[in-house]
Amino acid sequence: MSYLVKGYLEDDELPPKPSKERLEKKSVAYIECPQEIPCSPCLESCRYDAIRMENINAPPEVDYEKCTGCMQCIRVCPGLAIFMLRIRNGKGYVTIAYEFLPWPKKGQEVILLNRKGEKVGKGKVTWVLPPERNDHTSLVMVEMDPELIFDVRAIKIAKAVEGGD
Amino acid sequence: MRLTEHPIVEFRRGKEVTIYFNGKPIKAYEGETIASALYAAGITTFSRSFRFHRPRGFFCAIGKCSSCLMEVDGIPNIRTCKVYVKDGMQIRTQNSFPNADSDFLAILDSVIDRMYPHGSHYKKFTRPRVLREFITKKVRGFAGTGSPPRKVFEGDASFEEIETDIAVIGGGPAGMSAAIYAARIGARVLLMDENPFLGGQLVKQTHRFFGSGRHRAGTRGIRIAKILADEIRELKNVDVRYETKVFGIYDGVVGAVERDRKLLKIKPKKIVVATGAYERTLIFENNDLPGVYGAGGVQTLMNVYGIKPGNRGLIVGSGNVGLILTYQLMQAGIEVAAIVEAMPRIGGYFVHAAKVRRLGVPIYTSHTIQRAIGKKRVEAAEIVRLDENWCAVKGSEKRIDCDFICIAIGLSPTHELLYQAGCEMKFVPELGGLVPVRNRYGETTTEGVYVAGDVAGIEEATAAMMEGRIAGLDAAIKIGYGDDEAIKLREEVVEDLREFREGPFGERIVVGLQKVTVEVGT
Repeated sequence: MSYLVKGYLEDDELPPKPSKERLEKKSVAYIECPQEIPCSPCLESCRYDAIRMENINAPPEVDYEKCTGCMQCIRVCPGLAIFMLRIRNGKGYVTIAYEFLPWPKKGQEVILLNRKGEKVGKGKVTWVLPPERNDHTSLVMVEMDPELIFDVRAIKIAKAVEGGD
Repeated sequence: MRLTEHPIVEFRRGKEVTIYFNGKPIKAYEGETIASALYAAGITTFSRSFRFHRPRGFFCAIGKCSSCLMEVDGIPNIRTCKVYVKDGMQIRTQNSFPNADSDFLAILDSVIDRMYPHGSHYKKFTRPRVLREFITKKVRGFAGTGSPPRKVFEGDASFEEIETDIAVIGGGPAGMSAAIYAARIGARVLLMDENPFLGGQLVKQTHRFFGSGRHRAGTRGIRIAKILADEIRELKNVDVRYETKVFGIYDGVVGAVERDRKLLKIKPKKIVVATGAYERTLIFENNDLPGVYGAGGVQTLMNVYGIKPGNRGLIVGSGNVGLILTYQLMQAGIEVAAIVEAMPRIGGYFVHAAKVRRLGVPIYTSHTIQRAIGKKRVEAAEIVRLDENWCAVKGSEKRIDCDFICIAIGLSPTHELLYQAGCEMKFVPELGGLVPVRNRYGETTTEGVYVAGDVAGIEEATAAMMEGRIAGLDAAIKIGYGDDEAIKLREEVVEDLREFREGPFGERIVVGLQKVTVEVGT
């Protein structure tokens, strides 16, 4: 379990990836929660029976065919470990739970970070769930190179000098 | 140093007041404790250690340590982290000359200790007797804390005798849950807490909780505190006494002081002790330097009072507290230089680690802090790698620039009341220290005295709430409240808790509990 030494998942430790066809249909929940911890709000929030968990300590498994991309689970996940992934018209989209100031705005350019906090490119915010609608956890959808959707796991707002808004 | 905006918390500050620190006026806001107001004004040295006069700063912020003791309005040894500011308050540092910040007696640490090292007073100046007596008298003058009060108590002190069904000591997650569940089935409950608010340490938990939805997972700790406190307010049979300190349990009679004014003699049928825990410190060079803080102390300062602990921190310990604190510091716009962890792997939940790792915070596993660097406050820290035998690897030292260090290596149960009440205690490392022997409903060997929450064994708030429910229900049932439904509910919570602890994170707890849990009725 090298993720417990490093603090991030390596490629071979990631959960099974949804197929490209599935990603092109509609957005899908991708849960990076490999460890047995006593936690189950995602399971309880899912109205489509798409999340499986044997018991409260078992890591969740998503049935990508049942998942409708409704985003109930990402709203409640206390580990901020759920990411909504989507590919549309050749562009990749990742939705991230975000709890920092300043709140991102639609249309803003942001720096994309991978699981280690390294800069991997730039993206554009295409949708924001206002933080007040979800007890101060905002959801931010970022448009990016489709190759990056399994890498980008955080965003940083570029300082105003670097051309933010 | 005060935060004006925060993504999660809205800080509502009271009226502006002026307090005087060693005669100097300082601006503060009502609702702030003296210690937090002083910290916000940039004061980091709160006291001097009583022997070597080393500077001491803020540490725990919840009244469990002694480093913020000061003289307030003429009364010595006041825990300034527990007393709220009032306009015109006179605060003085004690045990120092002329004041704690520039203490002339610090010479004891820097010069005199070199000539007469620690312990030498047992050998030096022992003869002749006259000299010994003279020196002893002088040395005692330097030591100790504070001067006798310069003011006598004014006001009305009173006394109250209370008969109730259940006395609950501590208004945190466990105590509140015990009160609610006992009161729901009809018991009269007296709930006491030393703070002017309920919630215990939930009031600084700005993150969403883990667990199952049934136990409010996915909800922030601060909101859970409010939900529980609101429910208690609704329950007519719960009498809440704020700012009430329980000092002893004598044959089932509880002694307490309410608001420093009123002595309470409480005769309950059952007692639930839910006094929580305090933070541990770690041994390393200069670990008493102002700027070395308890992780929970920093959370209190930052999330309750909205005051920045510093600009760049180092976190020691990668358990959930350390990881969550790192995230919370970043939410307040404070940089975290690194997290160090002595174990070869991260101690807390992976998802908490991933949250800060993807924002670029390095986590050094198999590393520990070797010393804090700085004269009067932390300027940097030196960390070192540990080999498989836990020995520092020479040459692997690394200097990390930071202006504060958070110790997040664990907690110890606040067990004193249980000991005093005559409960059989055992030292169980898996549960964090001295804990009472109890049955599965939390009743200790002293009949009618229950435990719940961290004082029963260090775990976390979700388990504390479940333990509180079980203790509250069982205590009420034993008195004669509730019906079969109540018994069914009690068994359901016992089962939920068992399931909650089934994973790898519960293993340690379960092993610890096996050492202190006895069968019901024995």
